[in-house]
Amino acid sequence: MQQAAKERRIFAVLVDNEPGVLARVIGLFSGRGYNIESLTVTEVDPAAHLSRITIVSSGTPQVLDQIHAQLDRLVPVTRVCDLTNDYAGAFVDRETALVKVVGSGDKRVEALRIADIFKAEAVDAGLDHFIFQITHRPDKLERFIDLMRPLGLIDVCRTGVIAISRGAREM
Amino acid sequence: MTDEQMTGAKMVIRALVDQGIDTIFGYPGGAVLPIYDALFQQNNLRHILVRHEQAAVHAAEGYARSTGKIGAVLVTSGPGATNAVTGLTDALMDSIPVICLTGQVATHLIGNDAFQEADTTGITRPCTKHNYLVKSIEDLPRILHEAVYVATHGRPGPVVVDLPKDVQQTVGSYVSPKAVVHRSYRPKTEPDAEAVQKAVALLSQAKQPIIYAGGGVINAGQEASDLLYKLVKKTGAPITNTLMGLGCYPASEPEFVGMLGMHGTYEANLAMYNCDVMLCVGARFDDRVTGRLDAFSPKSKKIHIDIDASSINKNVLVDLPIVADAGRALAAILEAWEAGGHSADAEAMGDWWTAIEGWRERNCLGFRQEGEVIKPQYAIKRLYELTKDRDCYITTEVGQHQMWAAQFINFEEPKRWMTSGGLGTMGYGFPAAIGVQVAHPESLVIDVAGEASILMNIQELSTVAQYGLPVKIFVVNNQWMGMVRQWQELLHGGRYSESYSDSLPDFVKLAESFGAVGIVCDKPEELDQKILQMIETPKPVIFDCRVSPDENCFPMIPSGAAHYEMLLGPEDEAAHEVSEEGKLLV
Repeated sequence: MQQAAKERRIFAVLVDNEPGVLARVIGLFSGRGYNIESLTVTEVDPAAHLSRITIVSSGTPQVLDQIHAQLDRLVPVTRVCDLTNDYAGAFVDRETALVKVVGSGDKRVEALRIADIFKAEAVDAGLDHFIFQITHRPDKLERFIDLMRPLGLIDVCRTGVIAISRGAREM
Repeated sequence: MTDEQMTGAKMVIRALVDQGIDTIFGYPGGAVLPIYDALFQQNNLRHILVRHEQAAVHAAEGYARSTGKIGAVLVTSGPGATNAVTGLTDALMDSIPVICLTGQVATHLIGNDAFQEADTTGITRPCTKHNYLVKSIEDLPRILHEAVYVATHGRPGPVVVDLPKDVQQTVGSYVSPKAVVHRSYRPKTEPDAEAVQKAVALLSQAKQPIIYAGGGVINAGQEASDLLYKLVKKTGAPITNTLMGLGCYPASEPEFVGMLGMHGTYEANLAMYNCDVMLCVGARFDDRVTGRLDAFSPKSKKIHIDIDASSINKNVLVDLPIVADAGRALAAILEAWEAGGHSADAEAMGDWWTAIEGWRERNCLGFRQEGEVIKPQYAIKRLYELTKDRDCYITTEVGQHQMWAAQFINFEEPKRWMTSGGLGTMGYGFPAAIGVQVAHPESLVIDVAGEASILMNIQELSTVAQYGLPVKIFVVNNQWMGMVRQWQELLHGGRYSESYSDSLPDFVKLAESFGAVGIVCDKPEELDQKILQMIETPKPVIFDCRVSPDENCFPMIPSGAAHYEMLLGPEDEAAHEVSEEGKLLV
């Protein structure tokens, strides 16, 4: 059979915040051999005990549709939304990173200058290092990290993507 | 009342009884002693003591499948729960509603590697539809009612409720089932009206239609089978069943072309290959059914009715998905068919049936019983002929005998046939038969077994002895793990690695040691009389039917082959080399 091209897709999953729900979602991906590029989760409605999971996955359209259906059939899953397709690309995705850069002299000045261009904030500084906090689209975040690498990047921490649809509609 | 006070253990029993459950299969142990104590002090819930927890789940499956009700299981923590895992996985694969209560160490000990502690919810998460760990008595009644709801609604499946011992002993307020509504689980059961119209349009214009129906029709209840019958009669289409679906359409009706798939009939598989419209109801395009995917029914428009959206487009891309309960969808299609005043294209259907009759004439299930040795096909055929007019339920183990039973035993109604389809669990049939017999004490219940499979849960002879369950075990004894031997012959150069059933017990003495009756038969001319003797024996029977050891199960679609590449018999074997890709498949 002809292998369809791989795509990247962002799913927003609203779940009942009960014990083991994250394990169910992760187990589904590992058990069925699906990819997880990133996954974030936090309670978003404490009164209704609802958590929202944002998952970035990649695969053929058939596999991605399977992921959608498999997520939907988990008992504590209230809603699954395919942000990439359901809103024709009209969504906002953001990610935050903390980036530790160590160095001195020109490299240090250059790191600060690039951070300024990317509107990254220095949240910790010493004579030999900076920690930058940057929030952006994932691709722009990648670019920032790549630029920092030759300038003394020694540590990086990323939240994973969160995403929400544009416009006045709820999920 | 909503505020009755009782211990968690009593609450468990009360909730099951309020849910209409009157039988539970189980095995006691330290972490469930409070529940066993509560069981002892009541008469509403009958407990059947099995001899291994795996058997408890299979028995509950047999009970559930033969009644349409939920099956219930009670096991202890640790090894009790881990022993149940095979049964739970089996129930998940075959969509059987089961509630399994597992004991757990007290909440303050969880995570401490306490005696007989296991992470039961962790272990059973991938092999249940859903599971719960009850951490407080306040949650217990809600979780018990939810568990039954989840197991029986949507696509059915097993649900585990893990019960720490301290929760069983704490007193709390009981809540009745009516007061509990699951907060989010609402499976879609009604078909989309537009999709139904499209389905009818496709079916009414079909020249070579086929209906491919599976276990989902049986799970949807007797009504769904009745509706399927009407639809087949209206459309005049041939109907084939999956292994799980056998009985959802009467096998004696002319439209029935037999089971499809790897060991299905020639006519069913060729009709699937050549059809122009396929209506799949409650089946899931399993790899045993489709054969090589890129050659699966290439000319057809496919309509797929399934209650589980994840079954749609999983293996085979379909043209028209309908996510709904099989019965509701069939009702809607029938209604739309009648409202539209449709009738089948008589001329096209005539040609289509001529082709099908041509395939049927190949008599793909034919065999010759000759000589001094009983052929396994003959044994099962005679078993069927001598039981078909009785109130009979059939279960099976897994292997060649299972496929021969599926081929040679005809089912006229649903819920008469219990076999492990998805998981293929050797050792399923005997405990399942126990569950069936408990549910139908007056009926004839036969486990068609192999001599290898039966040894996997043979300890249950003690259970049938204790409860006086007259289960009949019909062992098709060919002294080989027959299906393993067959694949070794076809794929591994006849190197029969570890597949010989060495050191078999004397089945007659084995039966007698448990107070059952043993019958041995190795002569074709004695077979009928001995089968009748088995049927007439009011006790459990092991029937050791000695058959020819080298018989292979045909027809067969070799792995990695297409429907039209069926092997009809040994003479075809040499002509079809199995591809390298095929050898990788199970």
